[in-house]
Amino acid sequence: MKKIDAKGLSCPQPMLMAKKAMEAGTDDKIEIQVDCAASVENIGRAAKQIGWNLTVLSQDGDEAVVELNKR
Amino acid sequence: MRNSKNLFATTGGVVVVGLAIGLLASLLQHLGNPANMGICVACFERDIAGAIGLHRAAIVQYIRPEIIGLVLGSLVAAMLSGDFKARGGSAPIQRFLLGMLAIIGALVFLGCPWRALLRLAGGDWNAIVGLFGLAAGIFIGTLFLRNGYSLGSSNRQPSFSGYVFPLLMVGLLILMLIFPQVPGEDKSGILFYSLKGPGSMHAPLLASLGIGLVIGFIAQRSRFCTMGALRDLFLFRQTHLLLGVIALVVAAFAANLALGQFNPGFTGQPVAHDDALWNFSGMLMAGLAFALAGGCPGRQLFMSGEGDSDAAIFALGMIAGAAVSHNFGLASSGAGAGPNGPIAVGIGMVILLIIGFANRKKA
Repeated sequence: MKKIDAKGLSCPQPMLMAKKAMEAGTDDKIEIQVDCAASVENIGRAAKQIGWNLTVLSQDGDEAVVELNKR
Repeated sequence: MRNSKNLFATTGGVVVVGLAIGLLASLLQHLGNPANMGICVACFERDIAGAIGLHRAAIVQYIRPEIIGLVLGSLVAAMLSGDFKARGGSAPIQRFLLGMLAIIGALVFLGCPWRALLRLAGGDWNAIVGLFGLAAGIFIGTLFLRNGYSLGSSNRQPSFSGYVFPLLMVGLLILMLIFPQVPGEDKSGILFYSLKGPGSMHAPLLASLGIGLVIGFIAQRSRFCTMGALRDLFLFRQTHLLLGVIALVVAAFAANLALGQFNPGFTGQPVAHDDALWNFSGMLMAGLAFALAGGCPGRQLFMSGEGDSDAAIFALGMIAGAAVSHNFGLASSGAGAGPNGPIAVGIGMVILLIIGFANRKKA
């Protein structure tokens, strides 16, 4: 499973990092740390578009860990 | 960040927000704002720069309550939703410069992206040329983004840091109340007012402030951004934000028709010129600056309200850039490009490309 730390970055960077990892084809499961609600929404939309699911694993204040799974 | 579903951030939500902004902007024109300028973040920040004497262009001096409302509306929305987070420290001086260059470009065209859309909805076909320039500038920005461009991470800051820019807005509002416009006078206390020109045309204070607050609130929730709309289309083939932008034009067009504010044509358009080269180039420069900074002028104000001091620095850069623009003869007028506008666009594009290349990070 690939892990990405996108904390402190604002979109489109977290979205670009997520998309790059999903399209690399090496992992079916990707975990991303973000700290901006807009990024979670954006990554969710980008994932849905190319057939991946987003699950919010944990949320602590501003920080969230989301998991992307290939459908 | 709370885990509740944010309806405004759905595509339906962003379309509703776009419709509301278009409608309310058209209404502001009906209530007294300049034609095709219901809300123009660049023009209004320029007017604020004039009102506090940073430039002395007599026709564009007024503290626009819409700007204050946009920031404070976003602040309220962010605090209620848990999105408020004081953050900053991501390349501040470069963001200031990007703000300056963005408004210098926007004032060569005569409007921010919002006004480009409102000009289109009012029948000013020069806006089409400007929007093509905007799209081209944002497209160049996406090339940098694809190649690792990033201004780097921001850090958490003490809460007060996030309140500084909203408090500045409150300060401007207080100044306006202490030194209100006196009919026939171009100065009230320490504030400058316009006796003629766009700066003299404005909706009543409460309408401007109230509509600004409403738009700030819903735009914060929906992440409405005109730059993001085109950027996401180019980068991700996503039309989510773009649908909101189209909705803005549709609503403003319909409202303009109903209110008799639709006047199609290229020539004689209000607060506009018909020099296609500089309409295109000005917005090209502005579009690239918005893309490199991560948001259109409106979105930067909403992020400022969320506690993002990097966005606030961009907004302050815009106010400083507006002053430079008018002091140095860079801004256009109805007659065409300003005497030094073309050279400013040339130099500005070079600086933007340097910023783009200098901030590429290795994967």
